[in-house]
Amino acid sequence: MLDYLNVSGRIFDIQKFSVHDGPGIRTIVFLKGCALRCKWCCNPESQKFEIQTMLQGGKEETIGRDVTVAEVLSIVKQDMPYYRRSGGGMTLSGGEMLCQHEFAYALLRSAKESYINTAVETTGFASYDKIEKLLPYIDTVLMDIKHTDSAKHKLFTTQPNELILENAVKIAENANKLIIRVPVIPTFNDTEAEIAGIAKFASGLKNVEEINLLPYHRFGKDKYDGLDREYLMGDIPSPTDEHMQKLKAVAESYGLKCKIGG
Amino acid sequence: MKNVYTAEIPKSVRIQKLIDDLYSGTPTIESTRAEIITESFKSTEGMPIYLRKSRAFRAIAEKLPVVIRDDELIVGCNSVARRGCQTFPEFSNKWLEEEFDTIATRSADAFYISEETAAKLKEVHKYWQGRTTSELATSYMAPEALNAINHNIFTVGNYFYNGIGHVSVDYDKVLKIGFNGIYEYAKAERDKCNIYDSDYAKRFNFLTSVMESCESAVIFARRYSAAAKELADNCKDAKRREELLTIADICNKVPASGAKSFHEACQSFWFVQLLIQTESSGHSISPGRFDQYMYPYYIKDIESGRITREQAQELVDCVWVKLNSLNKVRDALSAEGFAGYSMFQNLIVGGQDIEGKDATNDLSYMCISASMHVNLPQPSLSMRVWNGTPHELMVKAAELTKTGIGLPAYYNDEIIIPALLSRGLSLEDARDYCIIGCVEPQKGGRTDGWHDAAFFNMCRPLELVFSNGVDKGVRVGPKTGELAELDTYDKFFDAYKKQMDYAIKLMVNADNAVDAAHMERCPLPFLSSMLDDCIGKGKSAQEGGAVYNFTGPQGFGIANVADAMYAINELVYKTKTVTLEQYADALKNNFGMPYSDAYAEKLTVEVVKEITAEGYNVSEAQIAEIFIQIMENNIEAGKKSEYQALYERIKALPKFGNDMDEVDIFGREAAYAYTKPVEKYENPRGGRYHAGLYPVSANVPLGLQTGATPDGRLAGTPIADGVSPAAGSDVNGPTAAANSVAKLDHGIASNGTLFNMKFHPSALKGASGIEGFISLIRAFFDQKGMHMQFNVVSRETLRDAQLHPENYKNLVVRVAGYSALFTTLSKSLQDDIINRTEQGGF
Repeated sequence: MLDYLNVSGRIFDIQKFSVHDGPGIRTIVFLKGCALRCKWCCNPESQKFEIQTMLQGGKEETIGRDVTVAEVLSIVKQDMPYYRRSGGGMTLSGGEMLCQHEFAYALLRSAKESYINTAVETTGFASYDKIEKLLPYIDTVLMDIKHTDSAKHKLFTTQPNELILENAVKIAENANKLIIRVPVIPTFNDTEAEIAGIAKFASGLKNVEEINLLPYHRFGKDKYDGLDREYLMGDIPSPTDEHMQKLKAVAESYGLKCKIGG
Repeated sequence: MKNVYTAEIPKSVRIQKLIDDLYSGTPTIESTRAEIITESFKSTEGMPIYLRKSRAFRAIAEKLPVVIRDDELIVGCNSVARRGCQTFPEFSNKWLEEEFDTIATRSADAFYISEETAAKLKEVHKYWQGRTTSELATSYMAPEALNAINHNIFTVGNYFYNGIGHVSVDYDKVLKIGFNGIYEYAKAERDKCNIYDSDYAKRFNFLTSVMESCESAVIFARRYSAAAKELADNCKDAKRREELLTIADICNKVPASGAKSFHEACQSFWFVQLLIQTESSGHSISPGRFDQYMYPYYIKDIESGRITREQAQELVDCVWVKLNSLNKVRDALSAEGFAGYSMFQNLIVGGQDIEGKDATNDLSYMCISASMHVNLPQPSLSMRVWNGTPHELMVKAAELTKTGIGLPAYYNDEIIIPALLSRGLSLEDARDYCIIGCVEPQKGGRTDGWHDAAFFNMCRPLELVFSNGVDKGVRVGPKTGELAELDTYDKFFDAYKKQMDYAIKLMVNADNAVDAAHMERCPLPFLSSMLDDCIGKGKSAQEGGAVYNFTGPQGFGIANVADAMYAINELVYKTKTVTLEQYADALKNNFGMPYSDAYAEKLTVEVVKEITAEGYNVSEAQIAEIFIQIMENNIEAGKKSEYQALYERIKALPKFGNDMDEVDIFGREAAYAYTKPVEKYENPRGGRYHAGLYPVSANVPLGLQTGATPDGRLAGTPIADGVSPAAGSDVNGPTAAANSVAKLDHGIASNGTLFNMKFHPSALKGASGIEGFISLIRAFFDQKGMHMQFNVVSRETLRDAQLHPENYKNLVVRVAGYSALFTTLSKSLQDDIINRTEQGGF
């Protein structure tokens, strides 16, 4: 039965030739809808599940479309020669792919049937049973740990972090590979102490060897204007390279391999 | 496994000094060579053409000023001025005289010419009246072909105005046996001639001319030996004195004899390279597989401890600087087509050896390092990639790409070798291919490839379909039917193919006429001495003496034709949104859009010509009025919005370059409309035609000669370059663009295809950027793509360079099959490069 090829879901973009997120040349499928509302989010159009319009360069653009797994897969498979040469494949991103876990499951499963390397970028914010079902079909889980302090986490993302941290422990035990990612956001988590807290947590996870620090950038700002939303980060500048190097050293002091950027 | 030394060797102080010195002057035209050859030709009237050529070459070798510049280790110049150039009146000269007043200020490749030089050239040009290859070529052409050229369907301007070039000689042989050895070989062949042989007259004289040319090369080198000795005698600096004495010693030995050291090999190589480009003005004299034929001399010196790797690298770097010292003045239109003072000396590293094993060696890496060290456009560095190419070499090459210099270009053994086999090369020769000029594959040392035979604008026959073969009131193509008769897509495309077939026939006529003219008036004995099997056959290269003979004219505009055919099929035949007549009307009116300045200027000139032809006077004010009217393209508002609505519809359609089979199939068919007819024809040298798909930089000037096209390209704007998608239309990223391009049949385009890709520097950032980049090339090549080249420089940088050229004197960019200094390019070509879609890494 190939029923899952007909499962449909909602995406807002498919981006090919991604070389800085996960191994090799990847095609990123962006699923629409997310349970978190991170203040710094650079894809604010990804947050709502509903199809919306956004002003882009003076033109109204429809954000979000419903597609079947078969349709997505046919686009993903166009770059097979590149995956084969680079060890790349498909990455599910968002939004939060767990918000459409059945669609995500069908996508991942059908990708694996075509021997495509798979990765997901996730907040890990969902009940574990939903995640567990996906894990056999994911080669690399890229999971955000944004803060160890639940109150601060909630203040900046609208959700507490207990579920996320619990899930991290379980995913670490069962995933093929887990890499922890930290968006480094000034005013939120960019002190050495805060990064140390996250690194300490990550180093305690089973099988986790790598952590990525992703410096805050302002590329999403115009999208807030396009959605007629306020950009809550104001004029905060990106962390300096120097500061990122310092944080990298902190993370490494916990025995983790650390990369700046994907 | 052989050990390959891959570590980077730093650039020596000497190299920067040489570069600074080279670029301290203005490109200048000199008249010495023209005066010498004219004087010689006057004194050899009535002699066999071979001997007239070899005597003239002898006179040049004896009289051209000897110039040894400070700090040089490799010597030999053909101009006194730095980056100066000689002229070649025997090929053509009228254009030069017409441009004496404007050449210093023209937009592409300006040259300084003194009044004295201009006067001297004017004097010698008198002799050549009626004696040039270009005049003979014109007289050989059929009137229909001349007509098509006048209507800009194609141009054979390159070989019409200049020598042929486009060759890689047997450097290996000169390095091994020297010109003394080649002399002996020619003499032995000449001794075999019987006076009663049917071809005695030609053969005997040709071989004599080869022998004389070998002697001339030795004479030229020994003059350098004497000059170096003299400089050494007067040199106070002990170190430089020693260097000069070494130079004197080496120039005494090579290229007369075989090279005994790496330094001798480099010097011998350079004399060959220099003298070929002094004998004839043909460009794209391509060193080819330098890392292969130089290696034995390198490794012997390294293993014996005679030189260090640092010294070897410095010598290679010196050769690189020298390759940038040569220059050539072309007519204004050609200068735009080959913009950037480029000499297209293509040098290739890596690939397989004749037995199919990987050929990478120390020199492969050192050649890439040399391009990093000199950071200059020459040589046009290329790299052969096959399934067994070491990853380290790919990384090294990617690092050079990352510098933004546009080098190297990457070539795929896995498609080029079978393509050459299909043209009759032996397996060993096919495996030993190199690249000529821009992107053209050939087996060096055995091929007269005539690679750049014509620029064929594939958009023009499409225009002729809409006009039933008539251009500006004159019949240029066959009658392929009134628009009303073309009531199915198949009929429409068939009409296009008929227009193409006819135009291709005319192009073949024109090329063969040029070929015959060179054969008759400009056989080249020196060049022929280094090309197999000219001596054995007793024939110059121009007469078919080479083992392999081809004519390779290049078509361009595939993406435009593909997008046009897709749009016509969709809008006219499938959805019936517009009629073909409405389409034609919109095209005629440039979709109701204003014309560019340059195109409006062109149209104004045409209109004014028409008016004056009817006997009316046109004042300056009236001309200005006409210009403004044309530019604004004021047409009735209703019509205008109708045209613009069609324009918007076309723009919204999917385009070639986005990995969409339903569009890309039109690209494949469009390319076949050129490549398949071309391979049917034969040239006068006993060889065949085969097609290339690349434009050099002619897509810009020839775009100016092309009206609006059905893909929504506006009148006068550039045609798509090579096999690349039209500028700005590939919006699905580099993998999608590459997949679309790979869907074309590259194997049939055995004269080369050209795929340009522009990367933002961020795409090559970090190890993952480099790895992704390499995988992109590998995967494109897995799908039998042939060639890939990259500009890695941001739009912002290029825009800033347009505004502040003084800050970007060293900015080298990839133009087409070659790199050039950005600031030397014309504004329109600069704009074209900026507008190519920039691919980011995400």
